[in-house]
Amino acid sequence: MVKNLRTKGSKFIDQTSRVSFKFNGTKYFGFKGDTLASALLANNIHLIGRSFKYHRPRGIMTAGSEEPNAIVQINDNTAFTEPNVRATEIEIYEGLKAKSQNCWPSVNFDIGGINNFLSPILPAGFYYKTFMWPASFWLKYEYFIRHSAGLGKSPKLPDPDIYEHKYIHCDVLIIGGGISGIMAAKMSAKRGLNTLLVDENPNIGGSTIFQNSKFYKINNQTSCSWLENEIKEINKFKNLIIKTRTSIAAFHGYNFLLARENLTDHLPANEKKYKVRQRLLKIRAKKVILATGALERPLVFNNNDRPGIMLSSAIKKYADFFGVACGKENILFTNNDTAYETAISLDQKGIKVNAIIDIRENCNSEISKEVEANGIKIYRSSTVVDTYGYKRIKKISVMQLSSDGQSVKGQKLFINCDCLGIAGGWTPAVHLFTQSGGKLEFDEKDQIFVPKIYPSKQISIGSCNGDFELDQIIYKNTKILKEFLEISESEYDNIDVSGASNLNKRNIWLLPSDKILGKTKSFIDYQNDATAKDIKLALREGFRSIEHVKRYTTTGMGTDQGKLGNMHALGIIAETTGVKMSELGTTTFRPPYTPLPFGTIVGRNVGEFFDITRKTPINDWHVKNNAKFENVGQWKRAWYYPVNNESMHDAVQRESKAARESAGILDASTLGKIDIQGTDASEFLNRVYTNSWTKLDIGKCRYGLMLNEDGMVYDDGVTTRLDKNHFIMTTTTGGAANVLAKLEDYLQTEWPELDVYLTSVTDHYATISICGPNSKKIVSKVIPNLDLSEVSLPHMSFKNTIIDNIKCRVMRISFTGEQSYEINIQANYGMSLWEKIMDCGKEFNITPYGTETMHLLRAEKGFIIVGQDTDATLTPIDLQMDWIVSKKKYDFIGKRSLYRSDTMRDDRKQLVGLLTEDPNEVLEEGAQIVANLNQKPIEMLGHVTSSYFSPNLNKSIALAVVRGGKKMLGQKLFIPMENKNINVTIVDPVFLDKENNRLNAQL
Amino acid sequence: MFLINCPFCGEREQSEFKAGGEAHILRPKQPTELSDDEWAEYLFMRKNIKGIQFERWNHSHGCRKWFNVIRDTSNDQIKAVYKMGQKPPAI
Repeated sequence: MVKNLRTKGSKFIDQTSRVSFKFNGTKYFGFKGDTLASALLANNIHLIGRSFKYHRPRGIMTAGSEEPNAIVQINDNTAFTEPNVRATEIEIYEGLKAKSQNCWPSVNFDIGGINNFLSPILPAGFYYKTFMWPASFWLKYEYFIRHSAGLGKSPKLPDPDIYEHKYIHCDVLIIGGGISGIMAAKMSAKRGLNTLLVDENPNIGGSTIFQNSKFYKINNQTSCSWLENEIKEINKFKNLIIKTRTSIAAFHGYNFLLARENLTDHLPANEKKYKVRQRLLKIRAKKVILATGALERPLVFNNNDRPGIMLSSAIKKYADFFGVACGKENILFTNNDTAYETAISLDQKGIKVNAIIDIRENCNSEISKEVEANGIKIYRSSTVVDTYGYKRIKKISVMQLSSDGQSVKGQKLFINCDCLGIAGGWTPAVHLFTQSGGKLEFDEKDQIFVPKIYPSKQISIGSCNGDFELDQIIYKNTKILKEFLEISESEYDNIDVSGASNLNKRNIWLLPSDKILGKTKSFIDYQNDATAKDIKLALREGFRSIEHVKRYTTTGMGTDQGKLGNMHALGIIAETTGVKMSELGTTTFRPPYTPLPFGTIVGRNVGEFFDITRKTPINDWHVKNNAKFENVGQWKRAWYYPVNNESMHDAVQRESKAARESAGILDASTLGKIDIQGTDASEFLNRVYTNSWTKLDIGKCRYGLMLNEDGMVYDDGVTTRLDKNHFIMTTTTGGAANVLAKLEDYLQTEWPELDVYLTSVTDHYATISICGPNSKKIVSKVIPNLDLSEVSLPHMSFKNTIIDNIKCRVMRISFTGEQSYEINIQANYGMSLWEKIMDCGKEFNITPYGTETMHLLRAEKGFIIVGQDTDATLTPIDLQMDWIVSKKKYDFIGKRSLYRSDTMRDDRKQLVGLLTEDPNEVLEEGAQIVANLNQKPIEMLGHVTSSYFSPNLNKSIALAVVRGGKKMLGQKLFIPMENKNINVTIVDPVFLDKENNRLNAQL
Repeated sequence: MFLINCPFCGEREQSEFKAGGEAHILRPKQPTELSDDEWAEYLFMRKNIKGIQFERWNHSHGCRKWFNVIRDTSNDQIKAVYKMGQKPPAI
């Protein structure tokens, strides 16, 4: 039977609008304003999931984003599914479906629960120790580990939601909308500053907004009604933006922060449609005010993890804010006064408190006196030594604590309960502060880390700064904020605040039990099942650094990042090793503060918007003619043009033959083009290329090789002298941007005296290359007025000309070894020129070819492709291109490096050609080359860089780099593959037309 | 992500810039006269300081100008920016 534990009269919950949802298949009801956790608690459900390692039943511990246990899978088996959603954060909506995680077949009966009984043989480091040997078993182990690892199930379908990014610039960013954040917002907005206030909850007000106690008064009002008024007032400011359901994920340097604004997760499916689900805010703030509050600490004692054991502050929030009783028989267990506040709240609402167990010897605060006066039994100087109940706490056993707090004594007392609230004091939420580079200091008195050194214009106020008492918070905030915001007078100057609790707490990191530690399970990290004895074991095994202990025990490595238990882990290490907490330090807090969906991180940059796509002016023609495309950098390049369902191989063979036998046409528009002008342009080229440029005549083209300063080949391409002081350089498609950047670098920083101007004109021109024995006939049809004779336009020269009244440049340059013309025309005429050439070439069967055929044709000629045949470890000498390195020039980029002892070694890897014994055997690019198959370990001499079946030579050809390859001409080597060894012979890398007769169409 | 005050454009996001390594390493005027060790010193050796470091930066998605930055690498605080060819300011 489902009991309803809703008390009447919470104004934060709309008890008139009922919402139905499903948990593990059963339908329940809650109200608008409930979180999944509060709605489940109202239905008396505590058991939410199973722990990661031992599969112990676990319930709701907290009421916020620090929740370690109550994590669920929502919208199971749909594209909208999401694992590890904190039940304490997700707001219920009509139709919400949630499911327990890490249990099979169900949360009530979980096979994995056997791990709990195996726990004596599953200590910290179990996996590291056990699965080490025998090594050959690893694959089997891995299978099982992978199947038992991980919480929840990741979605299998693409994320259908919409996400976006937004930049925000503000004067002041305030993180956290509790009482401190609201004070800061008011002071900042009143001062006229553009202010942004963010809070991860659906409403601002923090925990003060439901603090209705008579013990806390501000200007003679209860603190909640005072704060309500403040909220009303700040809502009036036009220069203040309040974003709720917005959590800061990361705080980077220079006050740059990332926030996740949750827009639709609380809405039912029909209202979510077509809306942006989450927005990643990129905030740049002049000043940041951290008012992130504090997290209540649990207490570490034996079996402190059963469903029904919760933080005392969470019980208070469920009662005061959600109007939900977490139990009917409550016990509070504390080391400070916080639990007494909870007791009073529960008592006022008629929720029974059976007892308070206080580890302190005495406490004289007014609030504790009131609790005692109300007839609640207080056990002082006592501790809980064990808890009972498998799927829900049933009772606890209590004993007297020794005066040093290290052992227990006296009679064991049993008290029944169905809910145990634990209060271990407060930990300031300094995560964001440390992410930003802030340095903490340890406060010995309160046993907390607090902000000390701020790396940017930021300040921490309120409980995240270590101030926990209302009066202290308000007085200190006023002082700090006035200084930080440069305000001389504030309305808070004469505020009257009264508080009643006693700050004293008795801090014992690990509470003793009547059992020895080895027989206890005192959890520190609930999600990862790390216990106090695991920490001690790690220390015994020699781990000292907190970062090492963390990784060995997995403490703090769950989705909650150890928000609750990390301090206890530190405390126990400090106590055991005798090192001071301040010297031990904390583990590193890394972004994101709470998990962030990938969708939010990528925003709109999905699918075709993932990266920029560059298309040539002729792209539509390629698409229409069935081209297959390949990505070259950001460019889409036609790869090959299959006809009648041809395979890639058949298409490339056909295209390659056509280009050599009649005519081929290539869209080369993607080649990088840099316009170089200035009186020192030729001197500049002299310095950046390995060969000489001063004597290049106007109207002539020259191939150039560019090195890095270390002597390695960087880029290549043809540069044409258009005029005395005007050149146009072509670069590789992928290298264009880097080459321009490199040239600019040298011009600006090393040779500022040179009069040279560089302009990238890659996108300004369409480039069409026509090659083959009939290319000249086709070009003469396209440009009848142009004299194409050898005298007028010899190989490696250019002419300005006009086609259909459009100016263009015709260059006679060749990357295929065929007679070849490259026409550059203003980009927007590219398509019409391409179509005109196709038209004129029809009678010669002009064949469009793609990058694959281009690569094949140039490989037949032994021309390198920088980046395919080279990899930044090859000099021009290694490439057998000594001819292009000027001996006369005094200097060029990389020259000195060519004479380093290392670059002059003759056993460097050098470019060679390879022929296979079987002419039909096409090598795999990247395959390793060896000389001796019997050698162990076998020595790799080099690898295949380019490999094709040449239809023009009717055999397989390859380029390769081989150690000392230049001197190995004719030598037989081997390429060992998975199933066979391939016999190859080293040959000259030029396979076709060594005499270059084809350049002039002499076949 | 830090903010860099480009001497030509003003303050911009780091994502508009490209880092160019240590500053004030002059390319030798007569490289061929250097020994292998001297050339290697220019080519490979960089200080990689934790603390105040003189660096080259390029406003690659802006004016494309190179300039110098004095940055504390331990906390990314930029102490000064100045143009190429200028002497570093006292900090």
